[in-house]
Amino acid sequence: MSGAVHQEPLVRIAKRDSMPRGKAWGVRGLSLLLALAAGGLLVLVLGHNPLAVYGDLVKGALFTKVALRETVKITIPLLGTALAIAPAFKMKFWNIGAEGQIMAGAIASTYFALFWADRLPGAALLMVMALAAIAAGALWGLLPAVFKAKWGTNETLFTLMLNYIILGVEKYFQNGPWKAPTSSFPKIAMFAPAAQLPKVFGVHIGWIIVLAATVLMFLYLRYSKQGYEIYVVGESEATARYAGMNVPKIIMRTMLLSGGLAGLMGFLTVSGADGTLTENTAGGVGFTAITVAWLAKLNPFAMVAIAFGLAILQKGSNTIQTNFKIPASASEVLTGILLFFMLGCEFFINYRLIFRGKGENRG
Amino acid sequence: MGNAIELKGITKVFGEVVANNKVDLTVREGEILAILGENGSGKTTLMNMLSGIYYPDAGQIFVHGKEVSIRSPKDAFDLGIGMIHQHFKLVDVLTAAENIVLGLPGQGKLDRKAISAQIGEISGKYGFEIDPARKIYDMSVSEKQTVEIVKVLYRGADVLILDEPTAVLTPQETDKLFQILKTMAADGKSIIIITHKLHEVMSVSNRVAVLRKGEYIDTVNTPETNPQALTDMMVGHAVTLNIDRPEPRDPVDRLAVEALTCVNGEGVTVLKDVSFTARSGEILGIAGIAGSGQKELCEAIAGLQPVQQGHVYYTPAEEGKDREDLIGKDPMAIRDLGVSLAFVPEDRLGMGLVASMGMAGNMMLRSYRSGKSLLVDRRSPRELAEVVMKQLEVSAPDVTDTPVRRLSGGNVQKVLVGREIASAPTVLMAAYPVRGLDINSSYTIYRLLNEQKEKGVAVIYVGEDLDVLLELCDRILVLCGGQVSGVVEGRTATKEQVGLMMTQVRGKEGAK
Repeated sequence: MSGAVHQEPLVRIAKRDSMPRGKAWGVRGLSLLLALAAGGLLVLVLGHNPLAVYGDLVKGALFTKVALRETVKITIPLLGTALAIAPAFKMKFWNIGAEGQIMAGAIASTYFALFWADRLPGAALLMVMALAAIAAGALWGLLPAVFKAKWGTNETLFTLMLNYIILGVEKYFQNGPWKAPTSSFPKIAMFAPAAQLPKVFGVHIGWIIVLAATVLMFLYLRYSKQGYEIYVVGESEATARYAGMNVPKIIMRTMLLSGGLAGLMGFLTVSGADGTLTENTAGGVGFTAITVAWLAKLNPFAMVAIAFGLAILQKGSNTIQTNFKIPASASEVLTGILLFFMLGCEFFINYRLIFRGKGENRG
Repeated sequence: MGNAIELKGITKVFGEVVANNKVDLTVREGEILAILGENGSGKTTLMNMLSGIYYPDAGQIFVHGKEVSIRSPKDAFDLGIGMIHQHFKLVDVLTAAENIVLGLPGQGKLDRKAISAQIGEISGKYGFEIDPARKIYDMSVSEKQTVEIVKVLYRGADVLILDEPTAVLTPQETDKLFQILKTMAADGKSIIIITHKLHEVMSVSNRVAVLRKGEYIDTVNTPETNPQALTDMMVGHAVTLNIDRPEPRDPVDRLAVEALTCVNGEGVTVLKDVSFTARSGEILGIAGIAGSGQKELCEAIAGLQPVQQGHVYYTPAEEGKDREDLIGKDPMAIRDLGVSLAFVPEDRLGMGLVASMGMAGNMMLRSYRSGKSLLVDRRSPRELAEVVMKQLEVSAPDVTDTPVRRLSGGNVQKVLVGREIASAPTVLMAAYPVRGLDINSSYTIYRLLNEQKEKGVAVIYVGEDLDVLLELCDRILVLCGGQVSGVVEGRTATKEQVGLMMTQVRGKEGAK
């Protein structure tokens, strides 16, 4: 028994009941300002004017046609993959294997791009590539789902490890059978024009596809029977079972969807953005998309804004690197600061701190 | 003897809700104090402040006459206050001994021998049976509870708070626990026990403190009171403690279970050769020690449990329809026939309801599949939720937005039972529908079941409380170790008779 215990603790943490929406957005706005201020300090230390740097960041991402197209191009797979993750996460199936599912889709469509380009008419070729990508991604997503549904394996480890396997497969093709004969480097040849996605407003048509997917995913999760099943399974498997739902089937079906959509993003990347397959085709999108999905609270429309915001950061930080000779690592720190504040403010939305003598009698 | 604990003017407010309003309470050294109150009367909140989980907004706490401030569970332990929660806080993969010393300061290396010796000493003193080297996941509920109590004693607590400790125990285990509590009190420890069950209060406590809607009512000496007086204090007005039992009207066989045998995932036979009939217009009770196959029986009938052998013949209420075997049908098909199961698990929410959804969303669990459309129909579940809310007097702010986990236990169970009743079942299985409910809510549930019975529904009631089973049910099926040890008439059977059958199958020792 310590001596002077007759004192209230200095700070206590208590869970909030719920914060009104407007106030919650206020907190988010405030933390964005704080993030900009903190990032500004970093820029000051580096010897630059924060306002100028921020200005160039936005300008470099949005203000020219080329820059804007580039930013949209970054947004596409990010948004699409976040949408792909959403149903799995809603089911509390922690699919961190979107990276691998993208790659699986990319490899499958590359096969058709390389070997079927002259055998299929243009539209059919792209269609086959897309379907192959969906099938491959779905299969890569189904694998951990089957094991989880049948034997209760841990999906987080399983999906993570599958990422490395498929990356190995890609490297094998790139260094061996699919290596471009004319190149001395181990790389895959550029796709024939027929195997590349057409452009609308200067960006490959993937942007139309992901916007359509956004609306569909919103409707699917919110209003469909399958979306309802996903939610119930995520909240309580026992309840789902008691309601007569076939839980293993729902898990597998949802991962087919999740993996399939991620696979389609692989197709959009190789056929639309890059024009070929490299080991960087997925390039961490599968992981960044988790941030997008989480920040958006799995709401597809919010994902559009957040994916676009992250794309601005990524594109804009390239610009300030060149304009101000800021090292790449510093602009990554800047992005990190922003994310830290945005994710951190959720704590203050869900919890509150009670200081000594303030009592708990307040909302 | 002096006072171990004294609370003066304790107040605790959550948002708009006053959980405790100027509560005074005295616990003497060496006594067993029962705290009695309905759901939401603030018992658990008050105890959570004693054990350092909440911090009071106002008021004083004295421990052994000295004013203290309890800021964390560790402070509470330092003051010798230990709480045994309703949901055990044990690490499954560790042994009993490891759980007991978990979190205590000490050297890096565990001296298992010394710890075991110390645990042995505590066990010997009070009569616990505990194997320090056994893993928690191998233990029954009552053994886990023993570990929790020893854990608290090992840390030197002299004030023990038990939150509804008997909710998960069989009558025999309860008797054993009470014996131990009395030994501890005789040794000078103070025991605070939170419970709903009046006969337990009468049999174990020295004094009873009553709370109602966050207010402290009074503390009375147990020998000077009786269940009726306590109930009146608790509810605030006179209530009758009798449960109605209308005579069944022309019962016909609705469900005929024949030689049902089930083996669970681990290869253990959980049901063996179970046969019985359930008739329309009567309540068939199912009695048994926890884990005697009640859950498996309900699940097998509902199509949720694989069946090795046997049949469940269902005779539809419509004229001229033949009986059919439910075995082999999927759960949805069985429900559509009118066989409905409302199962309230130990955590109350885990089966049958989705905690984060509103009432309407939960109504949908039953109906969402109807129709050919890919989209769910949200309107009819909402209307149904409104009807259930009105008819069953569920108190909730709304039917769509407030998640059911925010509702009180009684209201949650009304939602669950109400949904099953709303589907107009012909067979209604209600498993533990009054689990953890206070007197008023329990009686509402009994009334609802009786209404169904009078409508001609075959009601199957799985219960824990023998007194209730004997008052409510027309016939009682007694299970023991997955076998039927007999069916008795509810009107003539005695508690002793049923209690004996719960442990023996037709004169043999219970197969377990």
